[in-house]
Amino acid sequence: MGLRTPLFDTHVAAGARMVDFGGWDMPVNYGSQIEEHHVVRRDAGMFDVSHMCVVDLRGARVREYLRRLLANDVAKLTQSGKALYSCMLREHGGVIDDLIVYYMDDQWYRMVVNAGTRDKDLEWLRTHAGGYEVSVEPRFDLAMIAVQGPSARSRAATLLEPGFAARALELDNFFGAANDHWFVARTGYTGEDGWEIMLPADQATDFWAKLRDAGVHPCGLGARDTLRLEAGMNLYGNDMDETVSPLESGLGWTIAWDPQDRDFIGRGALAAQKAHGVPRKLVGLILADRAVLRSHQKVVVPAVGEGEVTSGTFSPTLERSIGLARVPSQTTDRCEVEIRGRLLPAAVVRPPFVRHGKIAVAL
Amino acid sequence: MSNVPADLRFLKSHEWARLEADGTVTVGISDHAQQALGDLVFVEAPEAGRRVAAGEACAVVESVKAASDVYSPVSGEVVAGNADLGGQPELINQDPYGAGWIMRIRPDDKAQFAALLDAKAYEAALAAETH
Repeated sequence: MGLRTPLFDTHVAAGARMVDFGGWDMPVNYGSQIEEHHVVRRDAGMFDVSHMCVVDLRGARVREYLRRLLANDVAKLTQSGKALYSCMLREHGGVIDDLIVYYMDDQWYRMVVNAGTRDKDLEWLRTHAGGYEVSVEPRFDLAMIAVQGPSARSRAATLLEPGFAARALELDNFFGAANDHWFVARTGYTGEDGWEIMLPADQATDFWAKLRDAGVHPCGLGARDTLRLEAGMNLYGNDMDETVSPLESGLGWTIAWDPQDRDFIGRGALAAQKAHGVPRKLVGLILADRAVLRSHQKVVVPAVGEGEVTSGTFSPTLERSIGLARVPSQTTDRCEVEIRGRLLPAAVVRPPFVRHGKIAVAL
Repeated sequence: MSNVPADLRFLKSHEWARLEADGTVTVGISDHAQQALGDLVFVEAPEAGRRVAAGEACAVVESVKAASDVYSPVSGEVVAGNADLGGQPELINQDPYGAGWIMRIRPDDKAQFAALLDAKAYEAALAAETH
């Protein structure tokens, strides 16, 4: 038996197919994964993401601490509730995790890290906290529900306390607002508008039921994966891990090189890699044939070299297979993927594939 | 729980087979198999006229989760592949024992059909797999 979120019994009662995900028993789908995907693109869906770990970091020097720990720079965050996406790196430049950090106030930042990396993240955070007198507090008392889709915010807002709902509806992208132990942020992992809502774990089943009654459809991790891949978002463990740098993972945009004297962990290794030339890059692939890209399939770039599919799926919006692949940097617009013993041609594109319900690549 | 019709025969690899009045054998994948695979997105059914051997991989079903071979329960000649699955692979999810059939085979030896698992034996195999 794996770890369970506060919504485990709710999922089972709803007929969800439960699978192991990073040590957690999670719903992969409640019926048709493709229908769940479309409901998020067209209307409103919700995901139990309580397996992800909320960590509160507090202390007088917490800003300085995070400027050392993260490849992106929390000094960019000047308004309360503003969020930043960043990688946390080892000294050699490998990615420990990708995460979102919220600036709450000068002595308090809130981080959301992946479920499968939680323990090593906490260990890393604590190892470095001592020198900065920062407290690291994982919030196991909180659940998290992501409501995503064009109608998601308006439906969910009807269930919040009216004053809080008004504030939440005014949030710009990548901003969050707190109300007692609740926290609503205009963030997500689907390429659609929506909120990620943190709330006390003992209120999760009640809130989930109210969302469902308000027309927000339960969606599983299967749809979450096809949605994030269409949106061109990386999945930790598939598309990057400790053996690759953000520069080889399509995440160069998340590295804050300026100011040049900010000595974040991994900076030296990234600078050296950049100076020598980054050997590989992460690209999007679209398959023309009726087959499906899957992680670890071999990619062949004629006259250039080889690479590997890191994530692949069938895209319900494009109605063909898409994926992410790590390939030699010289790769241009074509490659071949070995699928079930055959080399099939694929177009190399720049993600996202889909944004706000619309196809964002040339087919 | 998955549906296991009493009048069909099965393979441990989750194919079902039905002996038709004209002596051909219709083949598909079981309700358990379609549930485990999730939404089907592509199906490669064999073409009429192809010779297949019992146990030979002769069709491919690909879902959001995985690609799976479909094995022929009997040796014989393919009489038809289900052309509807080309545009509507979801028929397998919606009606695995009906509109979601994959191929029809004229068996060389009907005794091969009789030797397949009956519903009870298949249910026992499913129970053993999940426990």
